[in-house]
Amino acid sequence: MATGDLATADMVLNIGPQHPATHGVLRLALTLDGERIVRADPVIGYMHRGAEKLFEVRDYRQILVLTNRHDWLSSFGNELGVVLAVERMLGMEVPVRAVWLRTLLAELNRVLNHLMFLGSYPIELGAITPIFYAFREREEIQAVMEEISGGRMHYMFNRVGGLKEDMPAGWPDRARAAVRRVRVRVRDDIDALVRGNEIFRARTRGVGVLSRELAEAFGVSGPIARASGLDVDLRRDEPYLAYADLPADVLRVVTRTEGDCLARFECLLDQVYVSLDIAEHCLDVLDSLPVGPINVRLPKVVKAPEGETYAWTENPLGINGYYLVSRGEKTPWRLKLRTASFNNVQVLAELLPGELLADMVAILGSMFFVVGDVDK
Amino acid sequence: MIALEVVAKLLGCLLVFLTVPLLVGQMEHKAMAHMQSRLGPMYAGGFHGWAQLVADGVKFAQKESVVPARADRRVFELAPAVALLPYLFVLITIPVGPGQTARDLSVGVFFALAVVSVGVIGVLMAGWSSANKYSLLGGMRAGAQLMAYELPLVLAAASAAMAAGTLSLDGIVHAWRWWWLPYQGIAAVVFFVAALAELRRPPFDMPVADSEIVFGPFTEYTGLRFALFLLAEYGGIVVFSALTAVLFLGGWKGPFFEAQLGWLWLLLKTMALSFVVIWLRVTYPRLRADQLQKLAWVGLVPLALAQIALTGVVRVTTS
Repeated sequence: MATGDLATADMVLNIGPQHPATHGVLRLALTLDGERIVRADPVIGYMHRGAEKLFEVRDYRQILVLTNRHDWLSSFGNELGVVLAVERMLGMEVPVRAVWLRTLLAELNRVLNHLMFLGSYPIELGAITPIFYAFREREEIQAVMEEISGGRMHYMFNRVGGLKEDMPAGWPDRARAAVRRVRVRVRDDIDALVRGNEIFRARTRGVGVLSRELAEAFGVSGPIARASGLDVDLRRDEPYLAYADLPADVLRVVTRTEGDCLARFECLLDQVYVSLDIAEHCLDVLDSLPVGPINVRLPKVVKAPEGETYAWTENPLGINGYYLVSRGEKTPWRLKLRTASFNNVQVLAELLPGELLADMVAILGSMFFVVGDVDK
Repeated sequence: MIALEVVAKLLGCLLVFLTVPLLVGQMEHKAMAHMQSRLGPMYAGGFHGWAQLVADGVKFAQKESVVPARADRRVFELAPAVALLPYLFVLITIPVGPGQTARDLSVGVFFALAVVSVGVIGVLMAGWSSANKYSLLGGMRAGAQLMAYELPLVLAAASAAMAAGTLSLDGIVHAWRWWWLPYQGIAAVVFFVAALAELRRPPFDMPVADSEIVFGPFTEYTGLRFALFLLAEYGGIVVFSALTAVLFLGGWKGPFFEAQLGWLWLLLKTMALSFVVIWLRVTYPRLRADQLQKLAWVGLVPLALAQIALTGVVRVTTS
């Protein structure tokens, strides 16, 4: 250091584990030079609950309870992965009503998940109003979900071989009305208030650009990866449930190429419209289906035959995979869990250095993660 | 006799200072709630939660006042007072009717702007003395923000003073005519925006950005001292709204009974401007520090200078 220079020191700032912007107990150890970030280390594991180990001592019915909880905003999607894996091992044919109803509920769950982030992300940028609108819409859909499954967050509605119960009488009409109301109000309130806002755009455009290569290298998936131009969506590329039967103008894959915070937010917002369209289409199909069973009669104890399979699904936040290894017991020998948030958060260490502290929150929020999904 | 009058006027100022900010606070509670499809406070006091802020005040008074172990104790304890009192002093100079001012100063504009800027020193003191990294960052942001927005604030006020030909606030209101609205419109907008930034209200709330630096300089404060900072924020809204009304919207001038009802016209204008302050909070995200600086130097300062040039040309050609 030349004489006369001012002596400066870097400051280490811990964002979290308890901090309003981390939605839980993620911790970021930031090294700051003034307000500029020199180094960022995501420290995870504060909410590690040993889900994978617990899977090994629970039967396939009980496992659903655990999978409900690692990403508590996509409970239905999580359940799906496990039942799909077990059904594949058993070679089980699921009734067509169950397939369409699962697709419908998965999409409603996606809307619920996305609405949460559409509300919480503006809060991180200082806009306090959209969260109230988002929760009003969530309430609308949650009422529908609650009526059919009994749960508002952890639905526990999937069973190996189908769903717990068929729809209550009149439910499709109420679901359709809810979908219609949510679509209009998301467009008129959240979309109109946030997307075109000059300050919102100024805070997010060109901020935290995630390149396609980086997204690929870190295994980033879901709306975040698609915002960087990584055009992968398992619903279209490796269809499960009834996604293969959806017309292309209903199952639209939303992508952007910019890879910045704005692109990630817009991907999420546009996906809500797509999911609502899919939900409406599923309701139409369900109306035309003949009355029939909603699940398969199971033996008292479900035992997956010896072998292994990998079931992955397009969860709201990205690719969610279950690698199931069974030795013919009533519990899995190993059930490896691949969660979207875990990979998506890792990339922060590459994204944050060089950015301002004020942008840190914008970038962190735009990675749309659930801490339970990171720590498992 | 004169002493009695002075005491009465000062008590009046104090009374206004303790009630009108609460009115604004309550309006924020309710207006914001209804804009966000909520109800807001509904129980305290019975009728639509009118006593919510009284209840809050009682709660704050009961709370323990914590001073962090490594804080600079005296500075930490003094900071809320330094943040609050300037707004009280400014209230003395605000005219509520023709010739009705607690103390009409011939340099009223100058006095008001000088004293109002002292408030930020309280924020800097709080940020520095808290021994907390978030507070420090917030304090620095507040300081930088004040430096940037003081200039457009002063320039805009100067334009009004030039147009009126006096620095007295009462004199400015006397000189005000309805066509000042277009004539001094730019200055009015610049003044109001800069005032928002001085108050650290959204979209200029970077210094207290709760999702980033918890609550900036006020992170470590509890109890009554925290309440004083909140009162300073709402007192600031009232004072700046009143100043904007006096300088650019004709203060106590109204459709009739100006001598008797001047205070009412001023109050109505102040409340309307306060409503805009609340409205902006509900609508906008916050600007980043550098965007905030850019808005001040690239946007507001040139606009204010253009307004001064316009005012100057009009004054020279018409006199």
